[in-house]
Amino acid sequence: MHIAEGFLPVTHCVAWYAVSAPFVIHGARRVIAESREHPESRLLLAAAGAFTFVLSSIKLPSVTGSSSHPTGTGLGAVLFGPPVMAFLSSVVLIFQALLLAHGGITTLGANVFSMGIVGPWVGYAFWVLAKRLRWNANVGVFLALAFADLSTYCVTSAQLAIAFPDPVSGLAGSLAKFLGVFALTQVPLALAEGVLGVLVFRLLRDVAHPELVKLGVLKPRANQAVA
Amino acid sequence: MKNTRRKTLVTWALVVALVVIFALSFTLGSARSTGEEGFVGTDSSATSAIQEAHPGYRQWFTPLFEPASGEVESGLFALQAAIGGCVLGFAVGALWGRRRAERALGVQEGAADEHAGPPGPR
Repeated sequence: MHIAEGFLPVTHCVAWYAVSAPFVIHGARRVIAESREHPESRLLLAAAGAFTFVLSSIKLPSVTGSSSHPTGTGLGAVLFGPPVMAFLSSVVLIFQALLLAHGGITTLGANVFSMGIVGPWVGYAFWVLAKRLRWNANVGVFLALAFADLSTYCVTSAQLAIAFPDPVSGLAGSLAKFLGVFALTQVPLALAEGVLGVLVFRLLRDVAHPELVKLGVLKPRANQAVA
Repeated sequence: MKNTRRKTLVTWALVVALVVIFALSFTLGSARSTGEEGFVGTDSSATSAIQEAHPGYRQWFTPLFEPASGEVESGLFALQAAIGGCVLGFAVGALWGRRRAERALGVQEGAADEHAGPPGPR
């Protein structure tokens, strides 16, 4: 989902920066407020950021014969809500743009929009939906992570399609082309990310149950309800 | 006791599912992977697709720093994973320690025995 440095026209770069900036600023303030108001959830916040850091560094093979990497933004969106992830994803993307020549400073706004904003919000929407339908929390986590991942790549495809409409088939043709590159490759990775997310969530459930209850992610256990 | 066993079983099933997804991706993908270097990254395929369809487009900004070779780049990617892994491990370990300390102090009366609750909704 990293649009390479210099591979968006200047106007697009500026526009995506303008769209993403408020989300990132709001996210940074949420991170500060969260760690101030709930010092006990700082470790979980670190875990959510670290999860994205690890997952976005691993390139994995896919059925299409190309490789791609997961995003890991769904977990933080489930635990702390999507705004926090706009900030945490920016940190990851700046690291990769400066040290790895992966993504870029000019395309940072666009990349933050796909990975840090749309992905987490879509993932969060699936988490809330699963909760409303009273599905098992693990199912909610699976859906949240898988769709946060997949939607990020769909947004990247759309961003590139808008910037580079096909000379012959126009916007639609170009969108189909970029979706073919990104979205298809991402399907097995999104499924895998969902499964991995459930594994991590089950672990957190064991070691951080009271914190997760405080965050409103889990309901208190029957024998804790009185406390 | 029964719950603990079921939990372990589910964990293993999830791990197996992960392995199966990648084994399938790799075998199915290998057949379709073209070019000298298999499994090209999607980010670079997108860049080539742009250059193919819009040969007139000029990359107007180049990265300030670029790893000298693929080896250096993968090393830096490994560094990123390592930093993330350390922080994640520390956070989980510290939370685990917090639970242990609480149990030792008996803060959560009666909750200690219920540690391994059923994975279903409560």
